[in-house]
Amino acid sequence: MYPFELHRPASIADAAALLAKTGGKALAGGQSLVAAMKLRLAQPGHVVDLSGLAELKGIRREGDAVSIGAMSRHADIASSDVVKGAIPALAALAEGIGDRQVRNVGTIGGSLANNDPAADWPAAVLGLNATVHTNKRKVPADEYFRGMYETALADDEIIVSVSFPVPKKAAYAKFPNPASRFALVGVFVALSGPGVRVAVTGAASSVFRCKPLEDALARSFTAAAAKAVKVDAAGLNADLHGSPAYRAHLVSVMAARAVTSAG
Amino acid sequence: MAVTLSLTVNGKAVNATVDPRTLLVELLRNQLGLTGTHVGCDTGQCGACTVHVDGRAVKSCNLLAAQANGAVVVTIEGLAAADGTMHPMQAAFKECHGLQCGFCTTGMVMSAIDLVNRHPKASEATIREELEGNLCRCTGYHNIVKAVAQGAAAMAK
Ligand SMILES: Cc1cc2nc3c(=O)[nH]c(=O)nc-3n(C[C@H](O)[C@H](O)[C@H](O)COP(=O)(O)OP(=O)(O)OC[C@H]3O[C@@H](n4cnc5c(N)ncnc54)[C@H](O)[C@@H]3O)c2cc1C
Ligand code: FES
Ligand code: FES
Repeated sequence: MYPFELHRPASIADAAALLAKTGGKALAGGQSLVAAMKLRLAQPGHVVDLSGLAELKGIRREGDAVSIGAMSRHADIASSDVVKGAIPALAALAEGIGDRQVRNVGTIGGSLANNDPAADWPAAVLGLNATVHTNKRKVPADEYFRGMYETALADDEIIVSVSFPVPKKAAYAKFPNPASRFALVGVFVALSGPGVRVAVTGAASSVFRCKPLEDALARSFTAAAAKAVKVDAAGLNADLHGSPAYRAHLVSVMAARAVTSAG
Repeated sequence: MAVTLSLTVNGKAVNATVDPRTLLVELLRNQLGLTGTHVGCDTGQCGACTVHVDGRAVKSCNLLAAQANGAVVVTIEGLAAADGTMHPMQAAFKECHGLQCGFCTTGMVMSAIDLVNRHPKASEATIREELEGNLCRCTGYHNIVKAVAQGAAAMAK
């Protein structure tokens, strides 16, 4: 790891000012950032530790939504009674991330800022049409994810919380890579007042909505309807874990499993 | 610029001055001489470096020492009683022969205790699922799972 200077600000304003001034990186759980710094894939000269910022903590029901603070760890979300009561699909998704030690440290804010193409949280945020609240603005899910490891966040922008509207039904089904537990393909389906949304992670360079599945499930919210959809393999990832055609097939299969578990 | 940390390690107050890039496992092994915590992969995969931070199992190779500032850290050296009596989970690993070379064992024991704290009556399936973050190259896991079940029963007494 290259040397860096560590800052431990006590307010969001100070943290944002430090990021702007130094061009440094925010540190949440470090499960992605510290790993990347060790490999010298990331080499920030300044690291701004967000753990002292109280505003980034806490999980609350707010009207028709659940608000989850950016520094909430995956394990906290998985065991939260508020989350389990309102959107159990989120608790189940959190419980399926990586392994216990990673869930004990990694945060939802870190995962969303990182936007790994195979990460789980992006599927929930896009599938539930959540809103990402930052220190500057509120970003709707459809505008937040911009591409591989790319988001709408500016360099000195800090995720404060994520607000998930409570759906009628929702579920996430992941086909995990057996070694890393990241999604080879993960599909989040949600049925709510405005309709059906289907978000797919792991299959392409970034999370995306699958219109053919959304249309099919809007007509009939059944596993059979999901399974009957032939997903286009064009543009999907090809790597040693699976071909585009294999991933395309998995998208319908995982969507069907998600619909079944949504009940 | 160095950062100063104060934390509790195995019940003792520790004040340390470290380069910010010091990993928690480096602080434990190199500065505090607690070499029971092992480094297997150094990439966050194998769990050999598992310790408890505020009661939760974490991989100490994937955490800056500075992230444990103010925390209560427990390593394998902190488990036995003052008179040397092993923790019930350590004893169970010994009795069930839940190890061969022993390299993964300290991390396994730390993860096992965290899992039993949350699932006191864990089924075999839960034990296997919860040990996802700990790799063993020797045992085939069978005796490890047996040890965790026996350790859980002993911890309940
Ligand atoms: C062994 C292993 C297995 C894993 N398996 C999975 C898996 O199955 N599924 C999955 O989804 N993930 C997985 N992960 C990734 C894990 O979920 C990480 O915790 C997560 O991607 C990053 O969260 P973090 O809190 O550790 O963030 P950090 O590593 O601290 O930060 C990541 C990035 O986000 C930025 N950042 C952090 N917080 C904020 C904020 N509030 N505002 C703005 N920017 C911010 C940082 O600057 C950095 O660029 C795995 C990781 C490991 C090590
Ligand atoms: S040495 Fe830390 S996970 Fe392998
Ligand atoms: S006993 Fe050798 S790695 Fe587990």
